[in-house]
Amino acid sequence: MSGGHAHALHFHGHSPLHRLPAAVKLVGLLAFVLAVVATPARAVWAFSAYALILMVLLVLSEVPARFFLTRLAIDLPFIAFALLLPFVGEGPRFNLGPLTVSAAGLLGAWNLIAKATLSAGASVLLAATTEVPDILAGLSRLRVPPVLVAIASFMIRYLEVVAGEFRRNRIAMAARGYQSRSALDWKPIAVSAGALFIRSFERGERVYQAMLARGYDGRWRMEGQQVIPRTQWLAGLFPGIVAAAIMVASRLW
Amino acid sequence: MVTQLSVSDLSFSYPDGTEVLKQVSLAIAPGEKVGLLGPNGAGKTTFVLHLNGILRASSGTINLGGITLSDETLREIRRRVGLVFQDPDDQLFMPTVFADVAFGPANFGFAPEEVDHRVREALESVGEWHLADRAPHHLSGGERRKVAIATVLASDSELLVLDEPTSNLDPAGRRELVALLSSLPTTQLIVTHDLPFVFELCPRSIIMDRGRVVADGRTGELLSNRQLMAAHRLELPFGFDPTNIASR
Repeated sequence: MSGGHAHALHFHGHSPLHRLPAAVKLVGLLAFVLAVVATPARAVWAFSAYALILMVLLVLSEVPARFFLTRLAIDLPFIAFALLLPFVGEGPRFNLGPLTVSAAGLLGAWNLIAKATLSAGASVLLAATTEVPDILAGLSRLRVPPVLVAIASFMIRYLEVVAGEFRRNRIAMAARGYQSRSALDWKPIAVSAGALFIRSFERGERVYQAMLARGYDGRWRMEGQQVIPRTQWLAGLFPGIVAAAIMVASRLW
Repeated sequence: MVTQLSVSDLSFSYPDGTEVLKQVSLAIAPGEKVGLLGPNGAGKTTFVLHLNGILRASSGTINLGGITLSDETLREIRRRVGLVFQDPDDQLFMPTVFADVAFGPANFGFAPEEVDHRVREALESVGEWHLADRAPHHLSGGERRKVAIATVLASDSELLVLDEPTSNLDPAGRRELVALLSSLPTTQLIVTHDLPFVFELCPRSIIMDRGRVVADGRTGELLSNRQLMAAHRLELPFGFDPTNIASR
């Protein structure tokens, strides 16, 4: 589709994963994430199996590992937080090399890192193989209320417009000698944020007028929805179903 | 004269009592291209927002192709009047160009195949079908303007109303816009400060000031009337002399 002009998380391609309908991928992602989150932390084998599923999908998607890993960096703050847990955790402690760590804290850290990384990885893969308009169409295909889909759509559409206004604002402030010297220097920032809010509000009014001019009457009409063949549902949900089976097994044993 | 648009005695005041339009009357014939000129604050944009009922007049009537604007005809009038807003970012609000051009026809109740067909036709008529899958915020200024025009062409508008269509366009984009608008057979009302643009495109112009129509005539004659121009804060660009250019 739009190739190089797509959003930063998207990797242009024609792999089987790219071709799957967005609605299928969204349900698949949800199933996978729920399975991962519901797995007990001690079931290390289950997390290895999830990681294996994710790797197979990554290979199938033809998304380069480097591209995938750099986007996965969104996970880093969680990992940093998780790494603190073994040192602040309660309960029995033991020595790990030169360090003394809490057993419960260590398990908690592993739990957080494994679940966050697997879930973020699956989400990054969805974003890499699905264009934003397709995700929106998928949401409406899954009967997410049209108003919510419209709000998400407007947010994506105007994010760059508002960010551009903010950037120009900052440049105009810098051009007149403004330099943020300390965190206490909040007044100019608050004023420019307020101005930005008013401008966005006014833009909202104009957009609404433009919608009225083209016959908007409060009902949101999405373009025709294609029927998704059962085979595509089956293929797309397969990884999620496998993950769910692993989760059930991990809870039983 | 056969009229496409006829406005009579249209008045409008804001709730605080400020009178913005004072008994505006004008008529436009089918296929005419008319410029609407005037200083800032003359009421041009307010007037334009009345043409498809986004603002409703305190008094006066608007008639388009035999249909008088009222609550019952609002929808039909909105389909027939295509309003192109000054900032394409206001006009193009959907995630893709295709979805945006489809917004009007879908709202006006065309069948899905008919919508697709209209989108393609409209985008082809402005020469930008290849942009269909792109996101509006990734387009150049000229492309945005043309796509914004396509969004109203797709609903088969009979009257195209453009608010400052040349703002933020580079000279090449401006020239392409002249070529596009002069090739469209649709009746056009063009609100602008760009006097050479109007002179090139519109044989007739209307000047508004302080909520009233103060002049209506051949564009070349109005632009050459120094007294009239000065009285309404209209100025030609340096070196531009309408009397020296073959009049239309």
